[in-house]
Amino acid sequence: MELIGIIIVAIFVNNVVFSQFLGICPFLGVSKKVDTAIGMGMAVTFVLTIATIVTFLLQKGILEPFGLEYLQTISFILVIAALVQMVEIVLKKISPALYQALGVFLPLITTNCVILGVAILVIQKDYNLLESVIYAVATAIGYAMALIIFSSIREQMALTKIPKAMEGIPIALITAGIIAMSFMGFSGIDQVFK
Amino acid sequence: MNNNFKVLINGIIKENPTFVLLLGMCPTLATTSSAINGMSMGLATMFVLICSNMVISMLKNVIPDMVRIPAYIVVIATFVTIIEMVMNAYVPALADSLGIFIPLIVVNCIVLGRAEAFASKNGVFASIFDGAGMGLGFTLSLTVLGAVRELMGTGKIFSMNIYPEQYGSLLFVLAPGAFIVLGYLIAIFNKLQHK
Amino acid sequence: MAKLQSTFKNMFLSLSIICLTVAVLLAQVNKMTAKPIADAKAMKLQNAISEVVPAFDNDPVAEAYRMADGQGDSLLVYPARKGDEIVGYALSSYSNNGFSGNIQIMIGFDMNDRIVNYAVLQHAETPGLGSKMTEWFKNPEKPSQSILGRDLSQGTLAVSKDGGEVDAITASTITSRAFLEAVNKAYQAYSESREDGYSGASPKNAAEKSNDEAEEIKKEEQSNE
Repeated sequence: MELIGIIIVAIFVNNVVFSQFLGICPFLGVSKKVDTAIGMGMAVTFVLTIATIVTFLLQKGILEPFGLEYLQTISFILVIAALVQMVEIVLKKISPALYQALGVFLPLITTNCVILGVAILVIQKDYNLLESVIYAVATAIGYAMALIIFSSIREQMALTKIPKAMEGIPIALITAGIIAMSFMGFSGIDQVFK
Repeated sequence: MNNNFKVLINGIIKENPTFVLLLGMCPTLATTSSAINGMSMGLATMFVLICSNMVISMLKNVIPDMVRIPAYIVVIATFVTIIEMVMNAYVPALADSLGIFIPLIVVNCIVLGRAEAFASKNGVFASIFDGAGMGLGFTLSLTVLGAVRELMGTGKIFSMNIYPEQYGSLLFVLAPGAFIVLGYLIAIFNKLQHK
Repeated sequence: MAKLQSTFKNMFLSLSIICLTVAVLLAQVNKMTAKPIADAKAMKLQNAISEVVPAFDNDPVAEAYRMADGQGDSLLVYPARKGDEIVGYALSSYSNNGFSGNIQIMIGFDMNDRIVNYAVLQHAETPGLGSKMTEWFKNPEKPSQSILGRDLSQGTLAVSKDGGEVDAITASTITSRAFLEAVNKAYQAYSESREDGYSGASPKNAAEKSNDEAEEIKKEEQSNE
């Protein structure tokens, strides 16, 4: 039951984009078309899951036993950067089809703060490995969902007439604000699962 | 010196990281629920920007091209960790309210972006000024955004009462307000620039 | 100076040297800030305790012990003494049923089952709604919502919606319920402490506390921050 709670909270109540403000740059950057939004969402899901497992093991296996918690930020970001590179190389070799779909998004992911953010958050929340993985996957689904909803709206918006100063990012941000408002309606539903 | 001054102003107006370059959106939205929070986040980022720009411009010749990105990330992460520890030690309440966004300065595109675009090609002094200019631009934008949200949400700026709290709309302090206020501020900035 | 070429040796050397320098630098800064960070945490705890109990002259943190809360868990109890006499207990209590999860409070009782004061240590409730609990329940002008001075031996606290006598925060009933749950839990542990207190838990007993227990409490305090 608790795990379901984590999933619901991560996807709806504390949606990464609309309430935690993580990964906004790619959120605004690649959300003009639904296709790219889906690709980015999948790439984030893939990397986030692996990265969370690896950084979790790094924290529990090396940093904590040796009292090196203060190296958390620096070691996590290096591991994530290396991991993204490795995923890119491995994918190219094993699954060219998947590489074709996700390849262009991978370099953008190192600086996507969702990855580092979730890696640090699961440590702060004191989750165990299973909870961490579930939280990571659910967060990624929430991210992909946000991207897809948002890009569908932006595709429509490209056809409408908008005051010049509001074109592009300003109107996109205001749209995101209104979506965020509707996501606030989800708050508290996790009470049901207690 | 005149040239350095130009670099400084450039970061504040012409290439304002928030309103023009649209970089570092996550902390911009997340930490501006009040003017003081926005300003502190801006200052922390400015510290990292100046230090990493300085160190990277000094090291630019001893870092081989192919490993420059990991090397930059290490330098940036070091300064982020330092500011994190210092804030935890001396301003713990502030460190609590900025929370996870302090370590996340590492992935703020402004910092790595300036390292790559400016510090790796320019001298130490120019790089320091570039870092200061970008940092100031970022700090000012965050302070303005925080002040507007705080004013509209709670009727205060920097915790000073401007009008009674019950007339404020809480929405502006919450998540949706961040998006909406930033959207309007960018639109206003666009309008002013294209006059 | 010419730029170094990207040969394997150069890349390896320059990265290793950078990483090594950084590690040494960070270890130094960590050493320098470790004490101020620990002090700041201890200070926060100390301030919270002195806010919620009558004036005391002992060190409640050093005498802290755990007491069952009647719900399968135990709470940290900080006894406050003036001279040899106990003047009140501060308890660090919590609830996991807040609108956004965990809420941690410090609450103080005098020796007559009355609430002296409370302080919210940590919460993630909605700003402007649930977050009002930091002031709401201690407003002296609104006796129907203030819990200060209430005598819990007359029965535990509940919001008026649930048939109790405390007005919940406007539009934040869930937060209010969770807050009162933490208060009631603390009262349970408080009354158990009182019973123990009469049977002679003096400063000596606290000092004889086994090292293991002291260690555990210390850990708990750290993770509470």
